[in-house]
Amino acid sequence: MSLKRNVSLATGLRYKGQGPMLTYVLHRIGGLGMAIFITVHILASFLGGDIGGFINDIYENWLFQIFIFFCALFHAINGLRITILDLFPKLIEHSREAIWIEWAVFIPVFGLSVLVIVQSALGG
Amino acid sequence: MAARKSRNLPLGKRGLNFEMLMWLFTRLTALAMYGLILAAIIGALIMGARTQMNMADVLRWGFMPNSTHVQSTNLEDLAPWSTPFWRVTGSLLLLVAVAHGVHGLVVIADDYIVSARGRNIVRILSIIMMISMILIGLYILWTS
Repeated sequence: MSLKRNVSLATGLRYKGQGPMLTYVLHRIGGLGMAIFITVHILASFLGGDIGGFINDIYENWLFQIFIFFCALFHAINGLRITILDLFPKLIEHSREAIWIEWAVFIPVFGLSVLVIVQSALGG
Repeated sequence: MAARKSRNLPLGKRGLNFEMLMWLFTRLTALAMYGLILAAIIGALIMGARTQMNMADVLRWGFMPNSTHVQSTNLEDLAPWSTPFWRVTGSLLLLVAVAHGVHGLVVIADDYIVSARGRNIVRILSIIMMISMILIGLYILWTS
């Protein structure tokens, strides 16, 4: 059961996995970010009162909204890519192209959303 | 080469264990969440979101169809937004999302915690977290 790893952390950080590695890391950050946010959000709306209001103020901040929307959108789009490639294994041949399509969907949608969030934050 | 060979194995010899089932579960719940969120957004548009809400509020409703998520909009009547249908949809989304998320946390923890004892503790904590978040979430959904 106990697993032995032969790679040190420094070597791991120097690993150049390129596109697929980047999506893996961002998928993990996005998943963790959403898990923490949703847990805190459920607890805040359960507790209510001063604590709930304080936590509400944090995630109504536009910087936090940009971060959490990045987490949710990237995790959703990357998750859909993983699901499609895993459930139809023949498509694995095109995995590199799938990542390009993923960015082509993600960048415009996220860019437009950030524009809207910043505009309303500046009082537009 | 090894990967190609294992794909031809019959199901019984492929090592069908809990982790493999959870691997499939993660993919299927991802699709289920897409379906539920899409249903919530389509429902919002049918119930008049097109003229009484902005895009951000529709998305907020989509990620969790709970009537408190739309109470600060221009809606005149919140009654159609807090029907049992939407509470059941929200409960399903909660169950699926919590299971998907907590399993994801276990997968991440397993990458860094490698002792058998540590992994057992992670599993016990994850089950406690899953049950408590589901209970608290259901309480909020059905009392709001």
